[in-house]
Amino acid sequence: MDKIKIGWFSYSCCEDNTVVMTEVLNDHWQEWKKLFDFRHVRVLKSKNIFDEFDIAFIEGAVASPEQEEEIKDIRNRSKKLVAIGSCAVVGLPAGQRNTFTPEQNQHINFLVARFGALPQVKKVSDIVKVDVEVPGCPMSPEVFLEKVNALVAELRPAV
Amino acid sequence: MTKMEGNANLSLKIVDGKVTDVKFSVKEYKRFFTEAMKGKNIVAIPQHLARICGTCSNSHIMCSIEACENALGITPTTQTKILRALMMHGLMIRDHALHLYLFSMPDIFGKDAFLDFDENDPAQHQILHDGFDVKSAGNFLATLIAGRSVHATLPTIGGFLKFPDQTGMDEAIQKLQNIRPAVLRLIEIFKNAPFHFDRKTKYMALVPDDTFGYINGNIVTSSGEKYGEKDFRTHLESTVLPYSQAVGYTYKDEGYMVGALPRVNLAKDKLHPKTKESAAEALSLFPSTDIFYNNLAQAIEILHSVDESIDILSKNKFVPEPLVKPLSDSAAVSAVGVGVIEAPRGTLYHKVILGGDAKVVGGEVVVPTGQNQINIERDIGVLVQKLIDESNSTASDAAPLDKAKIGFEIEKLIRAYDPCMSCAAHFLKVEWEENL
Repeated sequence: MDKIKIGWFSYSCCEDNTVVMTEVLNDHWQEWKKLFDFRHVRVLKSKNIFDEFDIAFIEGAVASPEQEEEIKDIRNRSKKLVAIGSCAVVGLPAGQRNTFTPEQNQHINFLVARFGALPQVKKVSDIVKVDVEVPGCPMSPEVFLEKVNALVAELRPAV
Repeated sequence: MTKMEGNANLSLKIVDGKVTDVKFSVKEYKRFFTEAMKGKNIVAIPQHLARICGTCSNSHIMCSIEACENALGITPTTQTKILRALMMHGLMIRDHALHLYLFSMPDIFGKDAFLDFDENDPAQHQILHDGFDVKSAGNFLATLIAGRSVHATLPTIGGFLKFPDQTGMDEAIQKLQNIRPAVLRLIEIFKNAPFHFDRKTKYMALVPDDTFGYINGNIVTSSGEKYGEKDFRTHLESTVLPYSQAVGYTYKDEGYMVGALPRVNLAKDKLHPKTKESAAEALSLFPSTDIFYNNLAQAIEILHSVDESIDILSKNKFVPEPLVKPLSDSAAVSAVGVGVIEAPRGTLYHKVILGGDAKVVGGEVVVPTGQNQINIERDIGVLVQKLIDESNSTASDAAPLDKAKIGFEIEKLIRAYDPCMSCAAHFLKVEWEENL
């Protein structure tokens, strides 16, 4: 059986879901090693391959035009795309500046402009089709496992 | 305000074989947490600021609670102080283990990833299991005390919302006892690790008066100066780095280091007696400014947190108690509160400014990676110059620089500082500007 190709990508967020994923690994690393090809998971490895993915996990909100283009590219390379955690699913709290008062905006606008950020921070489904959502801040390990197991059953019915 | 995980860039300028400029910059987009504090009720601030960083979230909660309690005039109970110490021990075990096993260990064994370790090789098999067991024990302790190991739910202003039961405490003791041999193996590996880089530098840490810990004390520098927590960061100068989305800090016009290495340098005599006994040989290497001993210092801190936690869990029973409320009307007056703690990666400062109606009007956060940033740049400059000089003296003709090798050496060095999460792993994009 071909291993399931995994991509894990983090955008504007605190990467709490990445930490939770590394904690889930404590109990599941042996089965996952056999099941998954961690093809592009920068928290785990240096030599990442960016070609095609069976499942791409996207953590974080979308804060810049470059991030927007990258996520579209990932979508095109991936059979399934999963939005992970609150920032990816609803755009918050990473996108809290979207709700700032005019006075607060005066304090931050020069920094938004200096680094070429988007005028409004977006959630992942504003940019591309999302197949599965795992909400939470951070995600719940149980819900994450349930959704991952369902995807594995769909992609590799024989497992 | 930003964290350091995810994307960072390094820009190097080399003219006639000399490094003339190093810019280590944070590419994470700002999320404006301190601006977003404004107008929020003070009760919401610790959970709000936890979202600055996933891996250090419980440090931010702890530091913010301390700042808010100081603003409100709240003195926590003895039981709360003990539970907070345990929460920090759980965090240190989990967080340092993630860094040492998953990020740094592959460099020592010439592997790309921790999961690439060979289960059929007895030594590598042992390390794989050790890594996940140690992480798991830290995670268990943090979850038992704080509700979650990431964005903890139970600690709050005035105390805790729920208390660990005896069954959980017994299980935690068992797990901690079980991992102690693994932690001793970890210390041995990092004591003997072949990487060294020693540039004499200033350093500082919050040093407690009594037992080695992460919450109380004075800020002590490598040259012996002492600053109280209430001074906030008056001894530090902030430096705007226009190329980076982060702010750097200097002390007396120089870069300095924070983290496990300064803590062990400045307070190794306060470690748990069992830790001092078991890690005596490793501890004889401190004080040191060899940045790769930051890894060893983290491994020693894991052992201390294991030994301390076993003691605390064995000697205490925890009973439900109400949250300590602010002194009457204190929430109705303007006040400033400061919190200073040692997060896994170094000294963390929070300031909260309270308006007259329990609403926050402003605040400031100084994170460890911001403080280390200037030191990291200086180190990289010296390291790259050394590698270029070595390359020039051995190459038979004007051979091109081995950029892959230099890039890898730089990554190893930066990883030893343990900047946040994914950047601690494998982020580096080097922009070379070269005129050899």
